[in-house]
Amino acid sequence: MKTTQILIAGFGGQGILFAGKFLAYKGLLEDLQVSWLPSYGPEMRGGTANCNVILSDDPVGSPIITSPDVLIVMNLPSLQKYVDTVVPGGQIYVDSTLIGEKVTRSDVQVFYIPATQMAGDAGVSTLANMIMMGCVLKNNPELSFDGTDETVRKLVPPKKAALVDLNLKALELGRDYEG
Amino acid sequence: MAERILMKGNEAIAEAAIRAGCRHYFGYPITPQTEIAAYMAKKMPKIGGVFLQAESEIASINMVYGAAAAGMRVMTSSSSPGISLKSEGLSYIAGSDVPAFVVNVQRGGPGLGGIQPSQSDYFQATKGGGHGDYHMIVLAPASVQEMASLTIKGFNLADKYRMTSMILADGTIGQMMEPISFEDAEIESYDKPWALTGTGMQRKHNIVNSLYLKPDELERTNFARFEKYKTIEENEALYEAYRMEDAEICVVAFGIASRVAKNAVAAARNEGVKVGLIRPITLWPFPKKALRQAAEQVKAFVSVELNMGQMIDDIRLATECTRPVSLCNRTGGMIPSPDQVLESIREAAKGVN
Repeated sequence: MKTTQILIAGFGGQGILFAGKFLAYKGLLEDLQVSWLPSYGPEMRGGTANCNVILSDDPVGSPIITSPDVLIVMNLPSLQKYVDTVVPGGQIYVDSTLIGEKVTRSDVQVFYIPATQMAGDAGVSTLANMIMMGCVLKNNPELSFDGTDETVRKLVPPKKAALVDLNLKALELGRDYEG
Repeated sequence: MAERILMKGNEAIAEAAIRAGCRHYFGYPITPQTEIAAYMAKKMPKIGGVFLQAESEIASINMVYGAAAAGMRVMTSSSSPGISLKSEGLSYIAGSDVPAFVVNVQRGGPGLGGIQPSQSDYFQATKGGGHGDYHMIVLAPASVQEMASLTIKGFNLADKYRMTSMILADGTIGQMMEPISFEDAEIESYDKPWALTGTGMQRKHNIVNSLYLKPDELERTNFARFEKYKTIEENEALYEAYRMEDAEICVVAFGIASRVAKNAVAAARNEGVKVGLIRPITLWPFPKKALRQAAEQVKAFVSVELNMGQMIDDIRLATECTRPVSLCNRTGGMIPSPDQVLESIREAAKGVN
């Protein structure tokens, strides 16, 4: 009986909702109960975006996350807004290219990944989000890296099939990153 | 088992409507339900159906009225301010006894309000909304799966009783994705001898109309309609009971509020509080019997709502004020946290011990 509550937050345009969808599909393919709840509103590129994903062995109660087990942040306002909501013993993943600040809490596990920098260097500049996801899959015991191939194929529409390999590449970059 | 797929609540409504045989969609865009129209725009032309974005909400509800009069399975969808605009048409549809299916994915009000989730159209939906004596069947989904199953049920009930059935959802359930499967779709089909399909010179022509200038005649139509409503109240009320077996406190919540409340009930149970949840699935007819029975067992009720307290009146009426009912609420697009609901449960428990 395990439930993992994951909050992903950043700017609109960074693929926050897509990253959440990736985790939701991953959960679906692992036969878990899943909910995915986006922030919605007049906030497209440049505004704030966040996404609540719950993966559970049991039916999901409230889809709204107030105390995440896992926080993934891709801009400073999001880190500042949510850092104190993470449960003790939880995980925080920080895109350290975009966020210079360090997490001062000592009761959580923190991963700093220069995802935006890495994405640019690898020629997949729009896929920093998936680099973050690769790192999450590697370090979160509830999720496994197996099946990412199938998950990405489910997620990327046939018209954009060329993006499958790029997404997989980004995921692997995140998985293989040694801080 | 049918394949589980991930879908947004709004998309689930649209797909289920198509599976229920709906081939006519008339609408006008508004957040947070636009995915319904987008889905219909994509799918309807491929299956020989009609998707039409009307010039206004008022136009779209009257197109629904027309297609319904012709016996078609037809729908429209909107969000709170748009439903207000459609209310005149809803009253005409009620007065003409034609079946229609309407979706309200609620946002905060009054006025243009905001675009975040709300349940503040409870009164509007359950007490009529437009002018005149009438009801709509009001269905309140609490999951993406129910967005689909209650859509199919809504079309069936609308045809069965020749009236409007409305899905009363909210922005959260509309926007969220959950796994869903479509295996259980039971499509009922009803003869519509009253429909305006052309006489073919074979029969007397049908009339669909809501104008009765003779008061005694108009009174008769109202009496007959309310006989029908009585049957519906007796037969169609639906609810879910959760951990009610030995409950001393009963939380009542529908839609997204019930999901939050479930978390709080589980947490309160862990503290040893004997609390359960009744989740009305039909808001009209309201599950009065279940509430009345609960009142014989529990010592207090807590109504959890995303409004200033609307369903709470129906709880008090159903239980004839025999037990205290407290309100746990947020409004304007805010959602109570499980902790807020837990605190309300604790307060209610204090009062009864």
